[in-house]
Amino acid sequence: MPGPKIGVYVCHCGSNIADKVDMDALRDFAGELPDVVVSRDYKYMCSDPGQDLIKADIKEYGLERVVVASCSPRMHEPTFKRACEVGGLNPYLMEMANIREQCSWVTVDRGGATRKAKALVRSAVNKARLLEPLEDKSVPVDPKTLIVGGGIAGIEAALKIAEAGYKVYLVEREPSIGGQMAKLDKTFPTLDCAACILTPKMVSAAQNPNITLLTYAEVEDVSGYVGNFEVTIRKRARGVDEKLCNGCGTCQEKCPIKVPNEFEEGMGLRKAIYTPFPQAVPNKPVIDRENCTYYKTGKCRVCERVCPPQAVRFDQEDEIIKERFGAIIVSTGYQPFDPSVGKQWGFGRYDNVITGLQFERLSNASGPTGGKVLLKDGTEPKAVAILHCVGSRDKNYNEYCSRICCMTSVKFAHLVREKTGAKVYDLYMDMRTFGKQYEEFYNRVVAERDIYFIRGKGAEIMEDPVSGGLLVRVEDTLLGVFREIPVDMVVLNVAMCPRPDAQEVAQKFGIQRSADGFFLEYHLKLEPMKTANEGVFIAGTCQAPKDIPDTVGQGAGAAAEALKVVLLGKVTVTPTTAEIRETLCSGCRMCIPLCPYTAISFNEAKGVAVVNEALCKGCGTCAASCPSGALRVRHFDNRQLLSQIEGVCAE
Amino acid sequence: MTENVTAKGGQGGGPAWEPKVVAIFCNWCSYTGADLAGISRLKYPAGLRIVRVMCSGRVSPAFVLKAFHEGADGVLVGGCHPGDCHYLEGNYKTLKRKLVFERLLEQFGIEKTRFRLEWISGGEGDKFARVANELIKEIEALGPLGSVAERLRQADGLSLRAEGGAGSA
Repeated sequence: MPGPKIGVYVCHCGSNIADKVDMDALRDFAGELPDVVVSRDYKYMCSDPGQDLIKADIKEYGLERVVVASCSPRMHEPTFKRACEVGGLNPYLMEMANIREQCSWVTVDRGGATRKAKALVRSAVNKARLLEPLEDKSVPVDPKTLIVGGGIAGIEAALKIAEAGYKVYLVEREPSIGGQMAKLDKTFPTLDCAACILTPKMVSAAQNPNITLLTYAEVEDVSGYVGNFEVTIRKRARGVDEKLCNGCGTCQEKCPIKVPNEFEEGMGLRKAIYTPFPQAVPNKPVIDRENCTYYKTGKCRVCERVCPPQAVRFDQEDEIIKERFGAIIVSTGYQPFDPSVGKQWGFGRYDNVITGLQFERLSNASGPTGGKVLLKDGTEPKAVAILHCVGSRDKNYNEYCSRICCMTSVKFAHLVREKTGAKVYDLYMDMRTFGKQYEEFYNRVVAERDIYFIRGKGAEIMEDPVSGGLLVRVEDTLLGVFREIPVDMVVLNVAMCPRPDAQEVAQKFGIQRSADGFFLEYHLKLEPMKTANEGVFIAGTCQAPKDIPDTVGQGAGAAAEALKVVLLGKVTVTPTTAEIRETLCSGCRMCIPLCPYTAISFNEAKGVAVVNEALCKGCGTCAASCPSGALRVRHFDNRQLLSQIEGVCAE
Repeated sequence: MTENVTAKGGQGGGPAWEPKVVAIFCNWCSYTGADLAGISRLKYPAGLRIVRVMCSGRVSPAFVLKAFHEGADGVLVGGCHPGDCHYLEGNYKTLKRKLVFERLLEQFGIEKTRFRLEWISGGEGDKFARVANELIKEIEALGPLGSVAERLRQADGLSLRAEGGAGSA
């Protein structure tokens, strides 16, 4: 019996494939394979004329299978599936051979690459011969979106979706939304204050009826899939009835307990009942149960007595919220690098060595010094060194560039000059001022008096034995000399790092991480907000270090991705699920406990296993264990895969 | 055992014997990692060829034996790191099956170092290239599988008919 008529299409991808693989030889080889009735090569198969070749051949030759040898199926599988569909062929009758990412780009010699390409094409033709037509199915979508992380990325995404008329749950771990941006003083390159531009968005988020704000809350569990994620959220007990509290602040005034304030980067103090900062949204305090006297000793209750609306609730319990969401945006932000791990910086040892975020708080009018840049002893500094690349562009810590530090440093230099009479030494490796109006801002600050830009990495910070101040050692690479610069304050512009719980969060949401620890996007350039888990998107600094404009851009982009899911109202689910061939099933039930989705049950009457295709995701773990070969995964069945293995092995 | 192997001279004067490795990679992590190696233009020998499955949990012992049966000198199975599986826990099942694979191979007189299971994430293009080069070097040191493959070919029950099977070990 003759096999199905197969057409093979070999793509040059310009010179990407053609430089390494002999296109004529590959085309001719494919043409000789059994059942192949036509084989062609073309410069760009993904172009319209390339796709038209396939469509025309389906009609002219009556093709029953199509094989495209080109880039990774991760790039153009949808393109060629669509081309087949338009040409009148079921899209599941198309198979690709990855001869670019996994052949021409990774092979040194042309002979080897051509041999490998032939093997991959033969393997694809073998599988194609055994393919069967399948129909996509669709399921309804819950129109709500979950956003995890209420920094500027999450806020921006929430606003965009809510303004489009769709419901959003914005979950934030801290007592207030705002994220790291809320801590900043001025923002480059325009020097507008962070709070002035952030707080209107925070307030809009709180007021928008489409946004449900869950602060002091964390996502505990995620299950389900795109369109229908089942999510469990724990809203921690604030100890305050949010409906009754009017945010007057009397409780915070009267609370007798003072502890270091996380929001002030440890520099100021807060009470045990507190809102992290004056413009907090929601402006409702939380009780820090670890430090509150009542939870330690059972006594005090001052806040309860003084609260005018009687909103304090010591017995409040965590609330568990279970909701269903169509799409999820993860915008969990970054963790600043901890410079105390490197002795050379003296952080933690010398009082006046501070991080960039600590400088932001000093410079911020709502910060611990009321916006004055002061040394620990309350005096004004006379010389300040600013170090770039602390924990970044350094193979001992993080190889990547943290992107924002050059601009932040230039901004700090300007702020020091504006607020004090101190000289500024800015120690940079390379000055990377890449964004819109950034170079212009740099040029403006370069022209300011008493700011010295020194090209060299701050190597060590020591105590000056004579003055008792600080000495910064640096190799001035432009002058070719070592210098020791006496200063009394050092600002370490530390790297943006993945959050310490990034792995746990990644597993919860089914996303991967790149080698640097940040969340992995589907495609670095073209799909920066998508992840490998369909329906889960990422935005902001959880994906990579970035500045505010880029973070906002990704927030809005992730909103568009989520809207794409919820607006359609349905998602296509793959038909490549498992099925049972009942006549072969012996009823051993080995497959049942293997299924992670409990999609397999047992039909006692018939004595066979049954697959619930709505639950099955098509991983195929069951099929790998079925001793009688009764379980079959569509599009990845045993015959198809064994014939592929045959194909890659043959010479 | 090298006598049984016909020298396959590469076009353009390649090596007389090029180890052949069948890599069976999960779609979400390892296959993506292999793509990233390509995007990064990392190099590895052309004898390593990848077959895509949705999950490493799909890899049945029959696939591994089939690869050796068809003349592979090594088999590499790639999955997501523990805890990262797109299908929650398929890779744990693969890890358990590794013991079955190894026992099976020993029964056929195949060195178990010819089989390797690796966790390669979508971001680990460099790890994939390193593993590929390492494995091929190791297999070069072992030499061609040759006569064992021949024995496998003669062994019964490994034809395409053996769908799914060999799970009872």
